[in-house]
Amino acid sequence: MARRQSPSHRLLDEGRRQRTMIAIMAIMVFLTVLAAAFGLGAARSARSLDADLAGRLTVQVVEADAARRDAAVEAILTKLRTDPDVARAAEVDRARLAELLRPWLGDAGLDAGVPMPAMIDIDLRNASDAAVGRVEAIAAAASTQTRVDRNASWLAPVRRFVTTLAMLAAALVLLMALATGAVVLLAARAGLDGHRSTIDILHMLGSTDVQVARLFQRRIAIDTLTGGLIGAIAAIVIAWLLQAQLAVLGSQILNGSALAPEDWALLALLPFLFALLAMVAARLSVLRALRSRL
Amino acid sequence: MANIVQFENVGLRYGTGPETLSDVSFTLTAGAFYFLTGASGAGKTSLLKLLYLAQRPSRGIIRLFGEDAVTLPRKRLPGFRRRIGVVFQDFRLVPHLSAYDNIALPLRVAGIPESDIEGPVREMLAWVGLAERANAKPPTLSGGEQQRIAIARAIIARPEILVADEPTGNVDPDMAERLLHLFGSLNRLGTTVVVATHDFHLLNRIPNAQMMRIDNGRLSDPTGSLRFPPRAPDDSE
Ligand SMILES: Nc1ncnc2c1ncn2[C@@H]1O[C@H](COP(=O)(O)OP(=O)(O)OP(=O)(O)O)[C@@H](O)[C@H]1O
Ligand SMILES: [Mg+2]
Repeated sequence: MARRQSPSHRLLDEGRRQRTMIAIMAIMVFLTVLAAAFGLGAARSARSLDADLAGRLTVQVVEADAARRDAAVEAILTKLRTDPDVARAAEVDRARLAELLRPWLGDAGLDAGVPMPAMIDIDLRNASDAAVGRVEAIAAAASTQTRVDRNASWLAPVRRFVTTLAMLAAALVLLMALATGAVVLLAARAGLDGHRSTIDILHMLGSTDVQVARLFQRRIAIDTLTGGLIGAIAAIVIAWLLQAQLAVLGSQILNGSALAPEDWALLALLPFLFALLAMVAARLSVLRALRSRL
Repeated sequence: MANIVQFENVGLRYGTGPETLSDVSFTLTAGAFYFLTGASGAGKTSLLKLLYLAQRPSRGIIRLFGEDAVTLPRKRLPGFRRRIGVVFQDFRLVPHLSAYDNIALPLRVAGIPESDIEGPVREMLAWVGLAERANAKPPTLSGGEQQRIAIARAIIARPEILVADEPTGNVDPDMAERLLHLFGSLNRLGTTVVVATHDFHLLNRIPNAQMMRIDNGRLSDPTGSLRFPPRAPDDSE
């Protein structure tokens, strides 16, 4: 029998309205997933910045005289290595430094006669101000010509910017969820009005409000899920392409924003969450509206 | 036998208008067959609406199945309504559902499994002579055909009370008689039947049927309770 396909689906007769709903939900979820992808990317890069920089200091010794410079470096390293807060302290390889400076200095940077600053990379076990202060004291004691940079401090604006981006994205996702709820409420209300006579008949035949609400919530959940999957797939493909392009750029900060598998899973989960949200919103609004009818 | 329905001094007012029904008092005995007659606009549909819980009275007491139906909480309405089958004067079929699905509706609402639905629905379709039109949508059916679908839907779930508002208004006399016969069979199986009708020819078709007459919103029995003697099967015509 052809009629065996779930009869309750046909109780609410909708064609055009349903397609509109699917289209709206596709757009909403598309935007939401994109915003969420940006947010997750921003959060990832914030985390990777933190991991990279939290306990990282650089001591520069800018002594012009090579012998005094080397002696200062030696002294600083010796003291640092006995400090319990210091996980690692090492001079940046001179050849590598010269390599880094080559664009500015040309091959002269490799000439031992040209004064070059020495740099010491330090990883702290915990990045407390006291630990940083001790490093500064050690450096100052070894030479007057030293400077201690907290990598975190010059990256702080970047870090703040990234945090702002992540929060903005989170706010967008929340707003989209609210808007989706509102759309669903409107759709449910319109549906209730449009199907008023059918609902009255169902009531007269002994349907409970929950049964009637179920018709709406199922329909709306299916529409939201259909539209949501379309939107989510489109957004995930775009996010994935963007990430592939970023990887080519080779920037450290941007690479830190690469989404992890669990991020992708979360994005893929969004249409289902939205369908659930839509279902609950539809159920509540229908039950509420029905309460005033006999 | 037990009183299945009891009205006491029931009044009904739509909005702020005059009372459509006033001082309506009667009792219906379980298993009996009643006709409700009265001029157009007298208040038959209004009275039946109170009976099938589509309307709350403005005053008075209504007891259904031994319980107070006026203060019945909303939550319990569905349970009561499932015990009452209604043939609406305007049919109230769901236009986008087939005849089959319209008739199946009460069973589906009651949560009957699909496998137990087809048999009874086919049987009902045959009873009302519409087996061939099972897949037709109501708008493509004639008035009389729609009415028969409405009747089939009202009785398929074997209600304890059948309320039929002008159930033969759109069919030819032969079909009217057949439908009435159907009601009679249902009644013999124990269903209390209330039929509102203008059609005086029908009144004698049911032996032992009782009559209520409503005039201008009042039951014409001055004592206010239904005491019409059962009619003899062949005392007129
Ligand atoms: N929903 C309503 N709002 C206001 N007035 C109503 C409503 N329904 C019915 N009435 C009025 O109540 C009165 C009784 O109507 P009702 O439908 O009960 O009559 P009836 O006896 O069923 O008539 P008919 O034989 O024509 O079906 C009429 O005057 C009608 O105008
Ligand atoms: Mg009427």
